[in-house]
Amino acid sequence: MRLIPLSELASVIRSKNAGPHVLTLDVLFSRQPDYLRLKQMRFFSPDRVAAAYGISTDQVLKVVYFDPAWAVKINLMRPLTSGDVGDSDVYGAQQHAPLFTLMVPEAQAINGIRIR
Amino acid sequence: MGIDAFRVLSPTAILGYGFPESSFARGMGKKPDLIAVDAGSTDPGPYYLGSGKSFTSRPAVKRDLRIMLKGALNAGIPLIIGSAGGAGAKVHVDWTTEIIREIAAENSLRFSMAVIYADIPKSSILKAAFEGGIHSLDSGPEFRINSIDEAVRVVAQMGLEPVLKALKSGFQVIVCGRCYDPVPFAAPAIQKGYDPGLALHMGKILECAAIAATPGSGRDCVMGTLRAESFELEPLSDARRFTRMSTAAHSLYEKSDPWMLPGPGGFLDLSNTVFEEIDDRRARVSGTRFVETRPYTLKLEGVRRVGFRSISIAGIRDPILISRIDATLDSVRQEAVAGRDERFQVLFHLYGRNGVMGPWEPERESPCHELGVVIEAVGPDQQGADWLCAEVRSTLLHCGYSGRKSTAGNLALLYSPSDIACGEVFSFNIYHLMNVEDPLAFFPIHAQEVS
Repeated sequence: MRLIPLSELASVIRSKNAGPHVLTLDVLFSRQPDYLRLKQMRFFSPDRVAAAYGISTDQVLKVVYFDPAWAVKINLMRPLTSGDVGDSDVYGAQQHAPLFTLMVPEAQAINGIRIR
Repeated sequence: MGIDAFRVLSPTAILGYGFPESSFARGMGKKPDLIAVDAGSTDPGPYYLGSGKSFTSRPAVKRDLRIMLKGALNAGIPLIIGSAGGAGAKVHVDWTTEIIREIAAENSLRFSMAVIYADIPKSSILKAAFEGGIHSLDSGPEFRINSIDEAVRVVAQMGLEPVLKALKSGFQVIVCGRCYDPVPFAAPAIQKGYDPGLALHMGKILECAAIAATPGSGRDCVMGTLRAESFELEPLSDARRFTRMSTAAHSLYEKSDPWMLPGPGGFLDLSNTVFEEIDDRRARVSGTRFVETRPYTLKLEGVRRVGFRSISIAGIRDPILISRIDATLDSVRQEAVAGRDERFQVLFHLYGRNGVMGPWEPERESPCHELGVVIEAVGPDQQGADWLCAEVRSTLLHCGYSGRKSTAGNLALLYSPSDIACGEVFSFNIYHLMNVEDPLAFFPIHAQEVS
């Protein structure tokens, strides 16, 4: 199975606070089949997300799939509460970059035709 | 229901972010039943609740309010402001009502105004804590009794009930302290008998104005039309549209779970919500339900003061210093904090190397040819923080390090003066749920005649 960066399949990859203790990552897919395929695989496991951020699995609080927006939401425990001394991103708006390069399986080709 | 639709004009995502007057006029032309605006958030961090200051500027808030007040009074419809002044404590609410009175005087406006405060007395929090009525939230820290004493001030997001009560008395302008964001948009419709689930979900989207449209904007007006079984969203400039996707995607924004959005006294259940496109500009939403939960809980927000801050901003371009940066900064920090107590802290933020993501940065060894350095000093008072910052800055500017060739100075200081006193530093120390018996108890309504 060929792997491609998540940024090739997603139309939105973003991060933001959900309250001062939680950072929430949203990935919205451009095409429904890509979303459904990765949802079916439960691709966004806490282990995979933790590995992308170099954090422990228990810091990944929740992974939620949201069909109406072809989206997956991932909640991480912030290392520091928003605005505490030492925090470097008060709004949590620039913590999403590791997801761009997360390698995801491309749709498999059947009879030479790529299914998307 | 006496009318077949309830129209809400949302001028801007945050009071003071601004909006085009053309969009506002277009909205007024559609005969709205209400103008509502959200003024607050905890997103800008703990400083604003602690310091009592607004995170939007006074002239910007005055400009927005002048247009909204005149629009609402001319049309004979209510204007409701949520989380006034940003953090929504009494000091912020009073700051807002003072601006409103100034506008009224300058424009000869007369109206009745309700002011609803949202400050929570410490004695009530203590009582709830002893009764086991305080709970952690979102994997946040456990509640500590000491936090109550340490807090500078504590507010809670009011639910629908205080605003419904004020509406009964027929006020033309309602200024709320800290408030659940959708409430100002939803309460008048709920009073008229519309479904609370749909009204609150529409409020959730409208409180961000055009952020849920595409292309999104925090400073453009939108219109929500609530009906018996659904609501519709419409942009008020030709540059944007609401699509099925842009509307659905907003359910995720700043939320920890898009299927279940909790608020005071209950949660919005989106498991049967349907998002549709009406045409190429408007979207329709249906199926959202409001589910009451008991005990009724309020979300408390409190901050404590941790000290004062002073910073200095500089750049480093010397390749040898960049290669030795960690050891150099460590030794400067050690030297500065030696002999000072633990209330003094020195931090270096290195932009170009882990400055944004810190411990989460996966690319730890990327080469860089220049570094941005923010020197941060925290101390128990401003003078102490200033002193520490100046000492660190001058030490780092002139210190030797192994292999040094550039012996005249280590920093490209950005400004003169090089150091900036930032004032007080706060930290969220209360962000917990509190059980209450009466949703009205902590939100007194004060009537004021403005003329």
